[in-house]
Amino acid sequence: MTSVETPSFTELEAIAKRVRRDIIEMITAAKSGHPGGSLSAVELLVGLYFDQMKHDPKNPKWTDRDRFILGKGHAAPVLYSVMAEAGYVPKDQLNTLRRMGSIYQGHPDVRFIPALEASTGSLGEGLSVGLGMALAAKMNGSPSRTFVMLGDGEIQEGQIWESAMFGSFHKVDNIVAIVDYNKIQLDGWVKDIMDLEPLGDKWRAFGWHTITIDGHNLSEVRNAYVEAAATKGKPSVIIAHTIKGKGVSFMENNPKFHGSAPSADEFTKAMAELA
Amino acid sequence: MATNTKYELKIGPATREGFGRALVALGRENDQVVVCDADLSKSTFTHLFAKEFPERFISCGIAEANMVAIGSGLAASGKIAFVASFSAFVLNKGFEQLRVTAAYPNVPLKVVGTHSGISIGEDGPSQMSIEDLALATSLPGFVVVSPADDVAIFELVKTLAYHPAPCFIRAGRSKAAIIYTEGEKFPIGGSKTLLDGNDLTIIAHGLMVAESIRAAEALEAEGISARVIDMYSIKPHDVEAVHKAVSETGAIVVAEEHLVDGGLGVKIAQTVASATPCVMEFVGVQDRYAESGTPESILDKYGLLARDVISASKKVLARKK
Ligand SMILES: Cc1ncc(C[n+]2csc(CCOP(=O)(O)OP(=O)(O)O)c2C)c(N)n1
Repeated sequence: MTSVETPSFTELEAIAKRVRRDIIEMITAAKSGHPGGSLSAVELLVGLYFDQMKHDPKNPKWTDRDRFILGKGHAAPVLYSVMAEAGYVPKDQLNTLRRMGSIYQGHPDVRFIPALEASTGSLGEGLSVGLGMALAAKMNGSPSRTFVMLGDGEIQEGQIWESAMFGSFHKVDNIVAIVDYNKIQLDGWVKDIMDLEPLGDKWRAFGWHTITIDGHNLSEVRNAYVEAAATKGKPSVIIAHTIKGKGVSFMENNPKFHGSAPSADEFTKAMAELA
Repeated sequence: MATNTKYELKIGPATREGFGRALVALGRENDQVVVCDADLSKSTFTHLFAKEFPERFISCGIAEANMVAIGSGLAASGKIAFVASFSAFVLNKGFEQLRVTAAYPNVPLKVVGTHSGISIGEDGPSQMSIEDLALATSLPGFVVVSPADDVAIFELVKTLAYHPAPCFIRAGRSKAAIIYTEGEKFPIGGSKTLLDGNDLTIIAHGLMVAESIRAAEALEAEGISARVIDMYSIKPHDVEAVHKAVSETGAIVVAEEHLVDGGLGVKIAQTVASATPCVMEFVGVQDRYAESGTPESILDKYGLLARDVISASKKVLARKK
């Protein structure tokens, strides 16, 4: 098990910076991919893998490990980079993203990286799979907890709300859903496509302990995970307000960078900003 | 013998683009046309319709199952309703709704799936649609088409809009070779014999039509005369053209960007077996999921190039003797 000591925020910030650089490099090399929703999720994932989750990169199939599922599978670059930082997968091959034969497939694929918990890419399914895993842990008397990251567009899927009902009805208190609330989906702004508000009220009405934070503030991220862990008898959801494209000025709040790679010039500019 | 027809096979627009333009044309001629989309309007080209007819464009969010049933409600109320998404999502997530709200009550919903097959490339298997024809053709009463080029999809979308049954139109992401000239008509249940021949018949749809033409031209250089049929109407399919292919060429290769199991090939084999059987070979995705890569490298690795149609043709001819 890693994270014997609590890492400092300075350490976590340094990792987050490297992850952002990886994301830009990988997607530029691939000439396609999803930078916006990868950059918005960086602190949330760094907080999990380097601070909160009990896991062991040397023993990825350890039965009692905590599990993570990237429901919004198109944000694969952030997960690959974080898993590489943690030592699950080779860092020097990150730039093979989306190439034939690469373990870094366009969407997380357990056939290529067995340390992944689920193959995702079709939105709306990760929370259900995570609930199944969390329930299995309870049945086995395992302390394992499961974390599922959801996109705000993703939670328009009806299945999310079926799983939300399931989670509270079955008192699955070892699951944490994380909504990366970056306000933008593929075609534009969430409020123009299918508004989610009042989002916190919805989750509360579905019986979830609801924690609202700034998803780029590492201290708030840590406190949210700690609060979720301490919440018994019901599942927890963290509604993390984030900025799509966070860290690269021209990508921030720009729907164009949901699913397009930076040009050579944009790459240079982005890397300078992330220096 | 092959005819003298030459196909330049110049690269044209992707079929999803022709779909988008056909929607706009329909919108202009008929104010009952409505279009539902699930957060993929830029990819499916329904954004063209949204721009011109915002009041008839219905944003459903990322909720394909709901969108399908909303579309059925609109269609049951007299609207000419289109629902569009990636083929993988609208068919797989919306299948139960297609079954009970469109097929079973015979509601004339128009379902369009873009990004079909494996030629979408880098996004990988979760977005690739290789089961869609098996699913769509399994629904009683559905009309299912798989157009090969821009002209074909434009005409088919315009025709099927007024067809009084539920329909599924399969479209692609990548640029498609130009085969037809404007004005060509595509009746439901029809097919197009693009090259004549008497040694064997290659039956294809979608992107594999151009590959089959290339294959037939290469075979001709080796003295093998191959007939090429574009079976754009998957359900119902042109039974007469199949029977003619059997009696006149005695060997059939079916080539498609779909799982071999459950694709057009199975339906053609059924037609062939119910009359005078002949030898057949099948080119398509074999019982497996693909992976990320460039469209070219994926089509190469998973056996969907002219080369693969050629080897299947030689195999079927060897068995014919
Ligand atoms: C079921 C399904 N429908 C559609 C898509 C296509 N798609 C990929 S990403 C995306 C938008 C996702 O938006 P969101 O969940 O907000 O992700 P983020 O903004 O965090 O990138 C869509 C519609 C998909 N992958 N799965």
